[in-house]
Amino acid sequence: MSKILIQNAVKKYGNNTVIPDLNIEIKDGELFTLLGPSGCGKTTLLRMIAGFNSIEGGDIYFNDTRINDIDPSRRNIGMVFQNYAIFPHMTVRDNVAFGLKNRKMEKEKIQELTDKYLQLMQISQYATRMPNQLSGGQQQRIALARALVISPDVLLMDEPLSNLDAKLRLEMRSVIRHTQKNVGITTVYVTHDQEEAMAISDTIAVMKDGVIQHVGAPKDIYQRPKNVFVATFIGRTNILPAKIEQGTLIFSSGYRVKLDYLDQLENQEVQCSVRPEEFVISKQGDEGIHGIVKEYTYLGLNTHYAVETESGLTVEIVEESSLEDELKPGQNVLLQMKKHKINVFDKEGSRNLVRSEAYERQ
Amino acid sequence: MKDNSKFRLDIWGTVTLCTIAVYLLFLIYPMAHLMQQSVYDAQTGQFTMANFVKFFSKSYYFDTLLNSFKVSLAATVLSIAIGTPLAYLFSVFKIRGKSVLNILIVVASMSAPFIGAYSWILLLGRSGVVTVFFRKIGIVLPDIYGFGGIVLVMSLQLFPLVFLYARGALKNIDNSLIEAANNLSCSGVKCFFKVVVPLIMPTLLAAGLLVFMRSFADFGTPMLIGEGYRTFPVVLYTEFINEVGGNDGFAAAIAIIAIVITTVVFLIQKYISNRNAFALNALHPIEEQEPRAGKKLLVYLFSYLVVAVAILPQVYVTYTSFKKTSGKIFVRGYSLSSYESAFSKMGKSIQNTIVIPFLSLNAIVLLAVLIAYLVVRRRNALTSTVDILSMIPYIVPGTVLGIALLTGFNQKPLMLSGTMLIMVVALIIRRLPYTIRSSVAILQQIPVSIEEAAVSLGASKMKVFFRVTVPMMAAGIVSGAILSWVTMISELSTAIILYTGKTKTLTVAVYTEVVRGNYGVAAALSSILTLLTVISLLVFNKVNGRRDFSL
Repeated sequence: MSKILIQNAVKKYGNNTVIPDLNIEIKDGELFTLLGPSGCGKTTLLRMIAGFNSIEGGDIYFNDTRINDIDPSRRNIGMVFQNYAIFPHMTVRDNVAFGLKNRKMEKEKIQELTDKYLQLMQISQYATRMPNQLSGGQQQRIALARALVISPDVLLMDEPLSNLDAKLRLEMRSVIRHTQKNVGITTVYVTHDQEEAMAISDTIAVMKDGVIQHVGAPKDIYQRPKNVFVATFIGRTNILPAKIEQGTLIFSSGYRVKLDYLDQLENQEVQCSVRPEEFVISKQGDEGIHGIVKEYTYLGLNTHYAVETESGLTVEIVEESSLEDELKPGQNVLLQMKKHKINVFDKEGSRNLVRSEAYERQ
Repeated sequence: MKDNSKFRLDIWGTVTLCTIAVYLLFLIYPMAHLMQQSVYDAQTGQFTMANFVKFFSKSYYFDTLLNSFKVSLAATVLSIAIGTPLAYLFSVFKIRGKSVLNILIVVASMSAPFIGAYSWILLLGRSGVVTVFFRKIGIVLPDIYGFGGIVLVMSLQLFPLVFLYARGALKNIDNSLIEAANNLSCSGVKCFFKVVVPLIMPTLLAAGLLVFMRSFADFGTPMLIGEGYRTFPVVLYTEFINEVGGNDGFAAAIAIIAIVITTVVFLIQKYISNRNAFALNALHPIEEQEPRAGKKLLVYLFSYLVVAVAILPQVYVTYTSFKKTSGKIFVRGYSLSSYESAFSKMGKSIQNTIVIPFLSLNAIVLLAVLIAYLVVRRRNALTSTVDILSMIPYIVPGTVLGIALLTGFNQKPLMLSGTMLIMVVALIIRRLPYTIRSSVAILQQIPVSIEEAAVSLGASKMKVFFRVTVPMMAAGIVSGAILSWVTMISELSTAIILYTGKTKTLTVAVYTEVVRGNYGVAAALSSILTLLTVISLLVFNKVNGRRDFSL
């Protein structure tokens, strides 16, 4: 078991810097997810930890051991690849035992450990089969068993669920989560699927262009994103322009929202992130942003609305479906907000004003 | 989708029947005739097993079988042992001059094998340049003639096939498999033997079969360098040539035995490779890396040395073609006299070497595309028959096919022997299986829905085929055709049986000149052949862009 420390990591391909300067600390035994759009450098970082990519600057430590110059085969890492990388010429058992055989272990010990992990992943009944006779989910289990059986210090997983269909993905997600907790192994998990990241992780690092945007628990990242990119990348949200005057947010149509924590701030223009479920629609009244319903979609549990505001912006709203008739397109409405949930960013969208120093100290 | 698996007498049904008719006439009939000859006593007109008894009772004949087996097996093992590591080094390391080495390897594999044999005699034979050099400084080199020489020439000639096959297979290995192995503490040489080799084993088996078949059927090499070491095709040839006009039952019997053996080898290979078949599909192929300083020297030494030795025979033959000759003997100084006499005596054979393969090539391409379409898109009992028929030449040695065609078409109304047509037919039959395989592979990658879209827009069956399917296959077909062309211009074992003065090809001319001792002319002719090969390969490269050679 190890904690992982990455300091000032740099990755370059020729003159092209992919990761300029990256720092992360991953706690012992946690499931740490690197999340970001494709091309953000998350897989690159994972492969730097694994030793398949060179490191152009900085240091990576497992506990107190610097691993930069250790050969991949000596880092004692378990890795699960996107396409599983199951050896097609070996039986399931031989695949799982492969790493142990290379460690020159006694035969009985290999047999015992292999059995244990075949059982843990519930693939004992396939032990003598060839991998090409097995489904994607079963191959995934082999890959996981093969990676874990060598008792690695760290488990690395590169988009392990992206090749599975939707149903299997949900199933394997919980298999991975349970196994990881059972074994208690420090895990770095790469994905571009934010829902998957939310479901599986202890900690998520949101990456963009090789830079970490926000590191935090799933709840923290969803509710108080550090910048507009994180707010829009995680979940769905509406970004509305507004300004702060004496601690009060003023939207178009003159809708005013008073928030205590804005009191200390000087008057400025801001961007607000309001998630679809943070709006409240009312048909009449005198407070709120004026808008016209453009479209609605009934989805059973919820009903989604697209509403065009007075300023021409279309916002997305989700409400729990009610027994009454839905709002029809063309209907004039007033939009209010669940004000404690909304997030306020500076004009550039790079800083969350709600996350004041006092907030961070909590 | 319509059910295409039932036979209907539409345009494709007609094509199927025509193709079967062609195979019946030019393959099944001659082979059957050959078989009949082997068990037919010309004097009494009775059934007899005398020919087979004669073969197996005299060790003089039977030993040739063992010899052939030993030679082919040794050449196969050696080719795999050289070709596989070389392909691996080429796939994992950046090596300067790799593309040139690649072309040289292909050129080495595309030359007629007996030219290699002839050139190695010039280098390592009794009065060879290298032998004489070492003798002067007091070292006696081992004898090149016989078993060792045959295996040396064949391995150097055929390892490129393994190399090309293995290169193709290595491209299908996903990098993550190698990384997974590294990650589980398995790297370097260990990784090569425990992961890479097993992964490409099906391909190595296929390449091994090809090498075995080629060396088993090779006539020129053992004829020139074998001396006392007699192999199957040599005996077959000499028996047949000796007995033309008399009783060729014995030659026919030897031919039948040869086919039985190649069939058995073919089936064994099929059985083994079916047992460890698995699909490889690389999302990210293996990346080439700069070799580390320590390894670098070894990597370069191995790659360059192997290629240099493989290409040496052709370089040396080309060199001797510019030497001055006096009568049949090379003398000091250089001249173009060999070329002059080559052109004055052999002008016709150069023309034949272009015309005969060109005619064959057109027929091959047309037939291969049609058959591939039938096999892939109209699968039914009859088209499966076409598929199986088209694979038969794969296991029939060239000399045997030559004899079968010659004896089969030696009397009226099917009097074809001595004509150019029979040479064309022989090449078509021999090369077709390879072109069909590659066309099938191309066609399988084109989704049926594209053709269905064309049909739904009102195009007729033939229009769909020629206006939609064929153009999409075109690039693959053209590059396949060029490679077929190159192998056809260096074909010897069938041509040596079928040629007459009028239909002599370059390879036959080189062979006869070597046998006569006209080394200067032979060298000039084989240099012309090499030049033709190189030009064809350059055209291939141009047409094919950055894609690789596959056979």
